Amino acid sequence: MIIDHPLLGPRDAAEFTVLGDASLIDRPDPAAEDAEARFYDYVYLRDNPAGPHRELWWHEQGDRSWLVVTRDTLTHEVLKVELARDVARERGR
Amino acid sequence: MRVAGGLVDRSKAVSFTFDGRRHAGFAGDTLASALLANGVRLMGRSFKYHRPRGVLTAGSEEPNALVTLRSGARAAPNTRATVAELYEGLEARSQNRMGSLRFDLMAGADLMAPLLGAGFYYKTFMWPAAFWEKLYEPMIRQAAGLGRLSGAADPDVYDKGFLHCDVLVIGAGPAGLAAALAAGRAGARVILADEDFRLGGRLNAETLEVDGGAGADWAAGAVAELEALPNVRVMARTTVYGAYDHGVYGALERVTDHLADGGGKARQVLWRVYSKRAVLAAGALERPIAFPDNDRPGVMLAGAVRAYANRWGVAAGKRVAVFTNNDDGWRAAADLAAKGVGIAAIVDSRDIAPLAAPAGVPVVMGGRVVGTRGRLGLKAIRLAGGAEIAADCLAVSGGWSPSVHLTCHQRGRPKWREEIAAFVPEGAPAGMTVAGAAGGALTLTGALREGLAAGAKAAAELGFTGAPGAAPKAEDEACGVSAFWHVAEGAGRAWLDFQNDVTVKDVKQAHAEGFRSVEHMKRYTTLGMATDQGKTANIPALAVMAEISGKTIAETGTTIFRPPYTPVPIAAFAGRARGRGFRPTRLTPSHDWAVEQGAVFVEAGQWLRAQWFPRPGETTWRESVDREVLAVRSGVGVCDVSTLGKIDVQGRDAAEFLNRVYANGFATLAVGRVRYGLMLREDGMVMDDGTAARLAEDHFVVTTTTANAGPVMRHVEFCRQCLWPSLDVQLISVTDQWAQYAVAGPHSRALLEKLVEADISDAAFPFMACADVTVAGVPGRLFRISFSGELAYEVAVPARYGHAMIRAVMAAGEEFGVTPYGTEALSVMRIEKGHPVAAELNGTTTARDLGFGRMVSEKKDSIGAVMSRREGLTREDGFALVGLKPVDRSQGLNAGAHFLEKGAEATMANDLGWMTSVAHSPSLGHSIGLGFVRRGAGRIGDVVRAYDPVRGRDVEVEISSPHFIDPEGERLRG
Repeated sequence: MIIDHPLLGPRDAAEFTVLGDASLIDRPDPAAEDAEARFYDYVYLRDNPAGPHRELWWHEQGDRSWLVVTRDTLTHEVLKVELARDVARERGR
Repeated sequence: MRVAGGLVDRSKAVSFTFDGRRHAGFAGDTLASALLANGVRLMGRSFKYHRPRGVLTAGSEEPNALVTLRSGARAAPNTRATVAELYEGLEARSQNRMGSLRFDLMAGADLMAPLLGAGFYYKTFMWPAAFWEKLYEPMIRQAAGLGRLSGAADPDVYDKGFLHCDVLVIGAGPAGLAAALAAGRAGARVILADEDFRLGGRLNAETLEVDGGAGADWAAGAVAELEALPNVRVMARTTVYGAYDHGVYGALERVTDHLADGGGKARQVLWRVYSKRAVLAAGALERPIAFPDNDRPGVMLAGAVRAYANRWGVAAGKRVAVFTNNDDGWRAAADLAAKGVGIAAIVDSRDIAPLAAPAGVPVVMGGRVVGTRGRLGLKAIRLAGGAEIAADCLAVSGGWSPSVHLTCHQRGRPKWREEIAAFVPEGAPAGMTVAGAAGGALTLTGALREGLAAGAKAAAELGFTGAPGAAPKAEDEACGVSAFWHVAEGAGRAWLDFQNDVTVKDVKQAHAEGFRSVEHMKRYTTLGMATDQGKTANIPALAVMAEISGKTIAETGTTIFRPPYTPVPIAAFAGRARGRGFRPTRLTPSHDWAVEQGAVFVEAGQWLRAQWFPRPGETTWRESVDREVLAVRSGVGVCDVSTLGKIDVQGRDAAEFLNRVYANGFATLAVGRVRYGLMLREDGMVMDDGTAARLAEDHFVVTTTTANAGPVMRHVEFCRQCLWPSLDVQLISVTDQWAQYAVAGPHSRALLEKLVEADISDAAFPFMACADVTVAGVPGRLFRISFSGELAYEVAVPARYGHAMIRAVMAAGEEFGVTPYGTEALSVMRIEKGHPVAAELNGTTTARDLGFGRMVSEKKDSIGAVMSRREGLTREDGFALVGLKPVDRSQGLNAGAHFLEKGAEATMANDLGWMTSVAHSPSLGHSIGLGFVRRGAGRIGDVVRAYDPVRGRDVEVEISSPHFIDPEGERLRG
């Protein structure tokens, strides 16, 4: 598999480690009333879609960027690659 | 028997042995062609029934002629004789026989055939059950099988490599050569790979002409042109075995397999090929027709018989009969007749003769072969109606199946095309174009035209504008076919899968027993599951299944083709990752010094660490370790701690960042001070621990445990980039950049005062202080931290000074009797002090379990803080880390023992916890342990059992504080 790194261009997936669902960016507010329930969902519950899926990949053997890779789990087609920090900022983090 | 012509070099004789008997061939021969030239038809015994078998094909799809090549540690079992290139002195042995190949003592298995049909092992040998493992299975394994491994380590080197290209052309037959020429002339970077040692594909095996000359000559010219192009890489002996995501292909190059002596080069290279476009020109595979006793040596595919005659100048028989359902079979008769070989008959299953037979050859239209004769080699064939025709070779053609395999590796499912009675590719991987016979264009002109177009298109799509050149001119041969799969009449078994001994009857039985989908039929009968993956068997078998079940072939479908296309040795996948290369170890900067000291080493994470330093006269490890511990506790010792993970944390928000990743607070840590840090996972469990030293307002250096250095780095980078991207903080791993040594013991200060150019008195440099210092003339860092519980320091210098540093410490410490100590002494001392390590931080323990519950700050948020407060993790009856002492102090302890109340039955319900770490404490003179006990904090002084059924131990232990030595920590503050 090849991941088109936004800064470094196409790189082999072997250079990366995958963490999983990009929803991990959305860490709940620890001060919220129902923080414990929200954290429970955040830590343990994941969608497992057949089709496009947003995943976190870490360029461990490269520049150590965390990327959000939108990948079709049925075809392995990589639809979009973004720097995770840009995604996190857009989401108000 | 040799006939005129062919592409072998008759000026170069090559001698070889088969089963110990010496034969001669020529350069350019395969083992199969040379054996046939020497009149050897019997080449192997079948997998299950030990039936005598000869070569069926002339290519990598060969199911029968499997041999063991070479001997000793270099022996390569299950090598197909059809692809083994002849070299001087080649040694080959036949397989799966007991006694000689001609008189295999296991041939009786064939008489047992009625018992050994599809699924026999599910039904027979059932009783008594105990016999299966001890008798039946070993017996079956002994009887059935292919070649055996030598059992010796492979002495050859295998390599891996990476290649990049614009256009990968797979197969160098007419379509592949035309594609490579078009793309190469256009200017694209082209890789042309073919499994054969001579490029040209069927052009070398046929008599068809291209551009007015011999096809083989045109192929040689094309190869010469390609090799002269600087942007083209031509790779013979290279099988593209798999199509992977995003234009990545796997290829195996057999670099020196064809040489008597590899000359020290890698035997094979496993290539990962990155391509922007690929042209699949893999050609087609001829398939047999199933008829009774169609497996005798001498029954061959017609295209193979033709290939042996045209390419290798070998007649597979003196009197050849042809059995065909298509026009192609007729060309075998014509080509052989032209070489002067006698043709016994042409038997065609169709009704109308498509072509003229060679003069004087009898033709039987609407004919069927219903039986054969000849135990070790074909003597005669019998036709429907009873006529018998003498023949020592039967050339069979059931039509051609496009080699769609690589188009299926990414979920492509081939589609049936009735007019050519074959499956063609559908849904090839992105970037792949199929050209020539692989796509169903079964004529030479079709192959050349499609190849050229595919190569030109691929280059053009990538922006290469050079002219692809004109299509070569060729004749268009007849290729009519009418599907005919198996002969129903006649006695005897009709073989479909020769390598796994599967017959038409087995498929019928699978259907009768309900295994009707092709995938079920495959697994029940094992059809297509041998090393050839059923290349000649699959399509006829599913056609038979379709017929039995009354479905069309299109409805029946194919099984899924998966990589690799042909077998790839495990050694090639391993490459150089063998022995020490399998798991390389990292060495610290002063490793050589430790070797000089005679250290015994242990793998810790990826590192080799000194475990202890034996001295003359010490006969057990315990003597060395006890001495090292006592030396530290009473004098001074030095330990290499360079392997601990180190992360440099810098930025305006560095303190805030650490405040969020550590459970305890860091915002208030003063510059020049160190603090122990406890890191949780988001689920509230402890992830790792270490220290964070604040070297400046905006600069920390953080340590991790050795094994967790990688995972912690990943975690903190995740926190920085994904959770808090707005914090001004930068992280970098500096584990390799710093050599670090613990100097521990009452004399440690006196020792370091000789080396450090700074005031390190207790007042100036108290416990948990840190500073940049000059040490032994080198800029370094000093930390007053202690893992041993003694007055101790850790001194860090840039890695390149590590070797000099340890020598400087040893020299300065000579007057104090400084003692190097290893990881065992380190471990004993940390158990004596109750410090948790990996055995306690096992991913299921919480800060509360470890007695660090109060460290998880309530005043701030940090990773894991919310979840650590979950009800289940804060139970009253939760675990607590405690110390354990044997009541009878002379007894030893075992890690892994579980705790039970005295007199309680050993059940899960009565389980009180478990022992995590044990050591012999030389300071206390008895064994001690750490462990988790329910409500442990309230049970100090209680006696429980440490029950260890695995090792047969049951020891009474007293629960104590985990801090066995100096519980108030007076020594380390001294």
